Amino acid sequence: MAMLEVKDLHVFYGVIEAIKGISFSVEAGEVIALIGANGAGKTTTLHTVTGLVPAKQGEILFEGKDLLKTPPHKIVEMGMAHVPEGRRIFAELSVLANLKLGAYTRRDKREIEETLEMVYERFPRLKERRGQIAGTLSGGEQQMLAMGRALMSRPKIILMDEPSMGLSPLYVSQIFAIIEEIRKTGTTVLLVEQNAKKALEIADRAYVLETGNIALEGNARELMENDSVKRAYLGE
Amino acid sequence: MQTFISTLIDGLSLGSLYALVALGYSMVYGIAKMLNFAHGDVIMIGIYTLFVTLGAMGTSPLMLALSALIMIAFCALLGFTIEKLAYKPLRTASPLSVLITAIGVSYLLQNIALLVFGSRQQKVPTYFSLGSIYIGSVQIELLSLLILAVTVLIMILLALFISKTKLGSAMLAVSEDKGAAQLMGINVNATISLTFVIGSALAGVGALLYAAKMPWVGPYTGSVFGIKAFAAAVFGGIGSIPGAMIGGVLIGIIEAMMNVFLPDALSNASDGFAYLVLIIMLVLKPSGLLGRKQIEKV
Ligand SMILES: Nc1ncnc2c1ncn2[C@@H]1O[C@H](COP(=O)(O)OP(=O)(O)O)[C@@H](O)[C@H]1O
Ligand SMILES: [Mg+2]
Repeated sequence: MAMLEVKDLHVFYGVIEAIKGISFSVEAGEVIALIGANGAGKTTTLHTVTGLVPAKQGEILFEGKDLLKTPPHKIVEMGMAHVPEGRRIFAELSVLANLKLGAYTRRDKREIEETLEMVYERFPRLKERRGQIAGTLSGGEQQMLAMGRALMSRPKIILMDEPSMGLSPLYVSQIFAIIEEIRKTGTTVLLVEQNAKKALEIADRAYVLETGNIALEGNARELMENDSVKRAYLGE
Repeated sequence: MQTFISTLIDGLSLGSLYALVALGYSMVYGIAKMLNFAHGDVIMIGIYTLFVTLGAMGTSPLMLALSALIMIAFCALLGFTIEKLAYKPLRTASPLSVLITAIGVSYLLQNIALLVFGSRQQKVPTYFSLGSIYIGSVQIELLSLLILAVTVLIMILLALFISKTKLGSAMLAVSEDKGAAQLMGINVNATISLTFVIGSALAGVGALLYAAKMPWVGPYTGSVFGIKAFAAAVFGGIGSIPGAMIGGVLIGIIEAMMNVFLPDALSNASDGFAYLVLIIMLVLKPSGLLGRKQIEKV
């Protein structure tokens, strides 16, 4: 059984159908890339999975449980974290307060401290700036904070929405290196990216979303060789 | 000079009442991003509740404590119910619909009071008669000091609650970004409910102190008082707890001073002066004294 299975998902904004019956699955331990042009419906898909946007029809099974029938605030506790588009850190709170909110559903204080140390090890910059107000961090640091905050819940699967958006090339490489490390710890990753090249390089499998439909899917290496993918997303 | 000092203390205690009520407006605005116009009317219902329970049970210390508890709990429950029934269904509606609903709830509460108690002002039995002390030749009402002390204590407790507890951190997260808060596993609806419960309980405490100072209540007592407290919240910077305190105290002092020192012909206009100060403030600094600039979210 797949860890995450989306079946025939339809999502509307008012009368406009943004997601038109897509199905996809993510196996435990995989890195799955979801690529597509601006407005294709990538963010909507992730938002529907974690309950920020309601679905009209379909099923989203996470370890067999239908997320569409789960109160959204219970989803984190089930082992799913979401690094949203635009990072959405709590800009007025300190770095540490942001990280602690990431562990909001956890109770064991000692374990939370351990995870915090682990996050600080992975993002030494966050440790240096733990007392700083998050809104004053640079874009790359804010992205690291958003990722660190998601890791604080010790997720089984982590959803990332355009983590490299608007970052300098140096930060982009860092972010992808971190995703690689996250994969090595056994955490499953569903990665939405506009940087299709980087995403396909790191992913096991990928889905190509076009105006609310899945146009292509398959092994990431093979998709990189696909002519229409090359033309539309790799700029070749 | 004596008059000045005792008026100042009078203004301080009136102002801390405004501050208590301003806190309710401010917290709800900060977290639910709406103006709960019915907040003042919760105070009015609170005072009527005291009127009934004290009338029925008497004002012995035990009964007074019991009445106060019942009344504060009732205000909290009322705030919870208003949010559930009137505001929660409008969570995704336009701010204008929410505002109109809030005004509607305010009228509803006033009309219920009108129906049950009539339009005549009712006298709440006297329950605090603390008298005054003299410092030198300055007369100070002990009640004024009590009101001031209770308000300061509540502000400190509230600030501690928000900065030190998990629920407090949830409130801060919800006030900044409901979606992101939900992604942390925070129950956003429950957090908003909690905010209404706390704000309304504070309105209950406000009612208790208000009626000790001014023991008369009519259907519009709360809305008149509430509007001024709201002005105080805006003055201090709506959404800010210390802002509510400072805004309330300033408006209270201005009002007390105007009442005493304005020539008789103008003293009826003292309310107007409070609003004049507010307007000048908003022209100079639209976000209020301690208000933060709205951070644009992408
Ligand atoms: N809140 C919204 N209200 C109305 N339409 C929306 C909203 N969010 C996204 N859309 C529309 O839904 C479609 C998919 O958007 P989105 O999921 O953000 O795409 P992507 O993340 O792939 O760029 C677009 O046509 C977009 O205009
Ligand atoms: Mg997007």
